[in-house]
Amino acid sequence: MTTKVSRNARRAEGASSAVRTSPVWRWVLYALMTALAVFFLFPLVYMLSSSFKPDEAVLANSDSFEALLPRPFIGFENYADAIERAQFPRIFLNSVVISGFIVGLGLIVNSLFGYALARLRFRGRRVLIAVVIALIIIPFEALAVPLLFMGAEVGWLDTYQIQILPFVANPLYIFLFYTFFLSIPKSLEEAARIDGAGPITVFAKVAAPLAKPAYATVAILGFLFSWGQLLWPTMVTRGVDVRPLPVGIGVFKTTPPIAWGDIMAYTVMMTLPILIIFLIFQRQFIQGVASSGVKG
Amino acid sequence: MTTVDDAAARSPLRKKQRAPGAREETRAAWIFLFPAGLLLLLFLVLPFVLAIVFSFTNHRLISPLATRFVGLDNYLDTFTDPLFWKSLWNNARYAIAVVPVQTVFALFLAVLINQRIRGRVVFRTIFFTPVTVVMAAAAVIWVLLFNANGLVNATLELVTFGNFAPDWLNDTTWAMAAVIIVGIWQGVGFQMVILLAALQDVPAELYEAASIDGASRWDQFLHVTLPGIRNALVFVITITSILAMRLFDQPWIMPTSPGGPLDSTRTMMVHMVDVGYSRQAIGRGSAVAVIFFVIVLTITLAQRRFIREEGEL
Repeated sequence: MTTKVSRNARRAEGASSAVRTSPVWRWVLYALMTALAVFFLFPLVYMLSSSFKPDEAVLANSDSFEALLPRPFIGFENYADAIERAQFPRIFLNSVVISGFIVGLGLIVNSLFGYALARLRFRGRRVLIAVVIALIIIPFEALAVPLLFMGAEVGWLDTYQIQILPFVANPLYIFLFYTFFLSIPKSLEEAARIDGAGPITVFAKVAAPLAKPAYATVAILGFLFSWGQLLWPTMVTRGVDVRPLPVGIGVFKTTPPIAWGDIMAYTVMMTLPILIIFLIFQRQFIQGVASSGVKG
Repeated sequence: MTTVDDAAARSPLRKKQRAPGAREETRAAWIFLFPAGLLLLLFLVLPFVLAIVFSFTNHRLISPLATRFVGLDNYLDTFTDPLFWKSLWNNARYAIAVVPVQTVFALFLAVLINQRIRGRVVFRTIFFTPVTVVMAAAAVIWVLLFNANGLVNATLELVTFGNFAPDWLNDTTWAMAAVIIVGIWQGVGFQMVILLAALQDVPAELYEAASIDGASRWDQFLHVTLPGIRNALVFVITITSILAMRLFDQPWIMPTSPGGPLDSTRTMMVHMVDVGYSRQAIGRGSAVAVIFFVIVLTITLAQRRFIREEGEL
């Protein structure tokens, strides 16, 4: 009984390791973790400081720790250049549209499918569950070449839909929804049924609101992967019209005197929105990633 | 093939009992399954079948010549192409370095974060931050850091007294090392979080029992922690191996030309894009895709075996 109480107390403090920490050990830990924090953060500090420097200074400064300081400081000149050269607003909008539709439509169709597998009785349900699990194994890259052909056949190259539709339905997300719906108690749904609600109402009014954590997880994972995609948009977009952010960097690599300041400004503008979203929702991000590993 | 369930559903008694709900439920199931089902058929099953079919034809993206069946020619061409083997070897080199290093590193970070100290949430956030940086952006930042006169070499020169400062991205030996470092920097936080969740699920009583038995911290790690997070470790190793096979972004962006210098960072995916997209040989590109899929499938099945073994114990 006592062990149980002390464990709960410890859990309440937010710590989960049973190992006691001595002061010396604690200082060793802090030193180690600070060193690691430097390793993970210095490239981002470098990016940020370089984005405020003249192009020549970015490389010239980089052989010393001057590289991490925004000196000489030229304000937002690089940002203005990058916005103009890469047609940044257009490209940013493209990324927002593509990721937005992938995540938004994906939440709807994948949760519907997962719910049907978990709760509705129909013929072939078990087979369908096995099929979904088998489909998780197929990596998108194995489909890219025939999909490119299909897109070319129907004249979808250089469009939004070719960048959105292949990623909306996702067997992994269906599986995550399926396991989540299985884990919530049936009683509320059954009560709604007895009150005469049909399956669609039960799903929309009772089950879906209970599955908020699953929706958050899938939204976050879907956003992380769609926002960073490079291979597929490289294959299906040629102009700037529908091109997303990761492909847009290519604009700077073609001309010989490389404008490193502009590139760094571009990467800051591309990274910052998602970084801010992460910092706001960091608990959900980390829980989302953690639950992607709880399977099998 | 009639199952017991079907027979029961068809019997008049059963039908009477659940007829109103059951019919509505079946109709609802169709509505629920339709949108994602249609998309999966069109954009997953169909292209997958097409990849296999195309891999036996000489299909090209835009060509006046009629497509015809060529048997195993695409596979023979692929297997006799030294560039394919070079690409596969580069994936293997990447995997051999990244899978053990990144897994151990992620576990190390997870164990650190799992200690009872203040500020652990802050460090967890910091270690995870690179995951949110788009790989294309991370690759460009590290191109500058790996410049011959860049910050990485400045640091190395300081530490090694000027004895070690390669021109990373223009050196056939070190370019892949640079790709590996960026991969670990950007990806390790993801694995750390998965392992951290597993660590926190190991029951505290097990540690208490072990310390009563006089087990040292190291013994506890070996005999309590590692077995306790075994499935998560297998999952992390599998996903890292599969990601190693899918490597594309860094070798596409970091070298002066994709896969360079001298194809020393050319991976299977760079090869596939080169053949199937740049040279528009859909048939040969599909053959590469099918080979790639078989490799990924093998890795996944190997993982299932490891996890099942534990379940049987």
